[in-house]
Amino acid sequence: MAFLVLDGLTKRFGEHIAVENLSLAVEQGEFLALLGPSGCGKTTTLQMIAGFVTPTSGTITLAGQDLLAVKPAKRGLGIVFQSYALFPHMTAAENVAFGLEMQGVDKSERSRRVTEALELVGLGKFAERHPRRMSGGQQQRVALARALVIRPSILLLDEPLSNLDAKLREEMQIELRQIQRNVGTTTILVTHDQSEAMALSDRIAVMSQGRIEQIAPPHEAYERPATPFVANFLGKTNVLQAQVQSGQALLGEGRWPVPAGSPPRVLVTVRPEKIGFADGGAQALAGQVVTRIFQGNHWLYQVDTAHGRVTVIRQNSGETAPAEGEAVRLSWRQEDMSVRPAETAR
Amino acid sequence: MSAAETEDRRSWMPYLLSAPALLLFIAIVLVPLAMTVLLSFHDWGQYKGIETVFILKNWREIWSDGYFHEVFLRTFRVAFLVTLLTAVLGAPEAYILSRMKSPWKGIFLLVVIGPLLISVVARTLGWALLFGGSGGVVNKALLNLGVISTPIPFMFTETGMMVALAHVLMPFMVLSVWAALQKLDPQIENAALSLGASQMTVLRRIVLPQIMPGILAGAIIVFALAASAFATPSIIGGRRLKVASTLAYDEFLNTLNWPLGAAVAVLLLIALVLIIVGSNRIIERRYAEVFR
Ligand SMILES: Nc1ncnc2c1ncn2[C@@H]1O[C@H](COP(=O)(O)OP(=O)(O)OP(=O)(O)O)[C@@H](O)[C@H]1O
Ligand SMILES: [Mg+2]
Repeated sequence: MAFLVLDGLTKRFGEHIAVENLSLAVEQGEFLALLGPSGCGKTTTLQMIAGFVTPTSGTITLAGQDLLAVKPAKRGLGIVFQSYALFPHMTAAENVAFGLEMQGVDKSERSRRVTEALELVGLGKFAERHPRRMSGGQQQRVALARALVIRPSILLLDEPLSNLDAKLREEMQIELRQIQRNVGTTTILVTHDQSEAMALSDRIAVMSQGRIEQIAPPHEAYERPATPFVANFLGKTNVLQAQVQSGQALLGEGRWPVPAGSPPRVLVTVRPEKIGFADGGAQALAGQVVTRIFQGNHWLYQVDTAHGRVTVIRQNSGETAPAEGEAVRLSWRQEDMSVRPAETAR
Repeated sequence: MSAAETEDRRSWMPYLLSAPALLLFIAIVLVPLAMTVLLSFHDWGQYKGIETVFILKNWREIWSDGYFHEVFLRTFRVAFLVTLLTAVLGAPEAYILSRMKSPWKGIFLLVVIGPLLISVVARTLGWALLFGGSGGVVNKALLNLGVISTPIPFMFTETGMMVALAHVLMPFMVLSVWAALQKLDPQIENAALSLGASQMTVLRRIVLPQIMPGILAGAIIVFALAASAFATPSIIGGRRLKVASTLAYDEFLNTLNWPLGAAVAVLLLIALVLIIVGSNRIIERRYAEVFR
């Protein structure tokens, strides 16, 4: 049995269903990301695990024990709150020390571990600072140190890096991943940043409107999204309407075989980076470049075709890039596209 | 128009705009105050009345006469204990109120603010009816039940004065703590819980320090109002148990020794200002972090 199991978890706020029949199993030492748009119930789910929100129905078990019967103070979880929730009347060091004090760790050991934790998040010099005199990112890192220092059985992180600049965020991501690998703390990370979820986690649970759409390793969720919502949420994607004739989807001059039994109208999904410019040949969709944006390591194109606007990403590998207004022919490999009946489109 | 001219006119604007209010303030506060201060240096005699001279007679009298010491000591002792009482009862009261669910919250807040809506005199007389001598309802009941053998003294006691004042001034403490509680992030308490703190520890280590500025602000208001209160001490204290404000009143209206009354009033004002400004300084320095 898995380490942490959420089973049929539901939370209603009056009429509004924040989390609906959510089931999830997290293995010991796993790094799981809860990914979803704003308001989809990520924080509510996390707060139910933490014990600050009581589920309307459903169960939570930790290592075979009913967690709902345990008081929040006894759950031994390390939590980084979305609003940081630092103690404003205490310095950074006092904030971090609080949990150790509650555990009855003696003073010298305490100060050693506090210093260590603050060094870890790069705030060694800010130990005596009060939270209100710190930037949002610094506060966020104090919150992280405060959660890490008690060596919790599970780490619950509610958008712990959302306020950091890109460079610092990347550093903290690597740090977080390393801590998690070294200590082996089971971690649940809430985020609405899909690249962060993919960079850090062993598995991603994509949520939408209180339900889980797909739980899968990042690569699998990206390559084989279970629903259109997941496909759209995990990076850019192109969805093209196509007719099916004698087992083949018609896209421009291209003919792509589709699974047997496909309806006459299908939706074809292709990731922008999987589309290439074909020199010639029949297997291609003709179009015209509308915009071309240089983004350093790659070019981003918008191409108008008979099937709508298509986004194309090409590596900046030195080959000549088609100019705006130029006619191009788009093609991709059979295995890079997925086909769905048009009716299921949402 | 040049830029300098515009600048010039702008800098005058605030003074011009606040001039009417400023004049009113000077006319009804500063002028009478200055006149009271002057009055306290005048002479007075049973038959000659007020003499407009500049002498220190009244101040010397207050300084040397033990009776005045007693009155001022009582004034500040009562004010201090009333402040303590409202803080000890009012802070938990505000916390419990803030934790109540929606309909009850409003109802009980109204109950707390209630005393402010009733005339001081009516409210104090109510206390007098409850505890006044052996005729008071509560005393009568306790006597009849045999719980006590002599009535609990209330009228003409400092205890009675303090209880009645604490009741009157409780709303100021509760509202002030209430305001501080509204700024509390409930997740902060959750954070402390998740780190293994007990409910008591959360209250003592997390909630109390954060609402301390509210308690202290309430304490300053309550102290100032208690030390300068007039109606309650005069009804409960009667003519026997004087505080500074009832003493000044007596000098003005009964003895007709206006200069001495003025000296008492001015001394009360100075003492209050010093105590409040002083404690405010200490508080602001101590709680610089929480106040920001
Ligand atoms: N205490 C509450 N009372 C009523 N509705 C609530 C409450 N808390 C959350 N909700 C609602 O539940 C839904 C889920 O909220 P939640 O905070 O879990 O979203 P989230 O996924 O964390 O979003 P975000 O990324 O913006 O933080 C929202 O629609 C929100 O309005
Ligand atoms: Mg949230």
